[in-house]
Amino acid sequence: MRKAVNDIDRCVACGICNNQCPRGAISIFKGCFAVVDEAMCVGCGICEKACPVGSIKVNDRRNA
Amino acid sequence: MAKNKAKHWYDYLWIWSIIYFALGFFNILFAWLGLIDFIVPLIFAIAGGNKNFCNRYCGRGQLFWVLGRTLKLSRKKQAPGWISSKWFRYGFLTFFMTMFGSMIFQTYLVFAGTSSLRKVIKLFWTFKVPWKWAYNGSIFPDFVAQFGFGFYSLMLTSTLIGLIVMALYKERTWCTFCPMGTMTQGICKLKAGNELENA
Repeated sequence: MRKAVNDIDRCVACGICNNQCPRGAISIFKGCFAVVDEAMCVGCGICEKACPVGSIKVNDRRNA
Repeated sequence: MAKNKAKHWYDYLWIWSIIYFALGFFNILFAWLGLIDFIVPLIFAIAGGNKNFCNRYCGRGQLFWVLGRTLKLSRKKQAPGWISSKWFRYGFLTFFMTMFGSMIFQTYLVFAGTSSLRKVIKLFWTFKVPWKWAYNGSIFPDFVAQFGFGFYSLMLTSTLIGLIVMALYKERTWCTFCPMGTMTQGICKLKAGNELENA
């Protein structure tokens, strides 16, 4: 299963991923970093393409 | 915005960015309106503990997205990691605030009568561009206009830096080291940290 994963230490919380996510699966936690709702994420990678930091990545998670 | 999402009024705030620079071109006193972009994000961060300004209402970020993504003016290449590293972000914030302070001091000198009003825009804190047409006196004292020239210089310079990194890297690369973004995220992290401790 492919899911977006965010490196919260590098994330700048700009919110473009939240803006672009067609599923509404990403929220910005208290202005600190983006959080992906894995139940809603379909791994489309739109957030990864938009992220200017490169902190959000779609990973293949076989056992997730 | 993704194509299948409903548009909100605030998705068009990029138009405000363009209007701001157009107004300041004709009358420098309009540069004062840029303070909105300084105060509103801080209110969101301090009172709300969020980055809703960056996330929804920042016309600057939206402008880079419209130009970079919609008009395809961005290479969409990942910027080098140091641009979004903590030391660069906080370093740039420090530099930016120092330059802001020096601009305030320049305004003070005009207020105190030590310095006279200079009708120039300073780009990249270095290059002086004549901007005489934007001010021919008003009911306000000269220091009000001096602040306008200084603030407009700052706004224009940061937009130009943003446009350069937009073209070279990803659309919203500016957001990764935007001083306001760094400041508001810092405030939010402090607030969230305190809340977690007190919980």
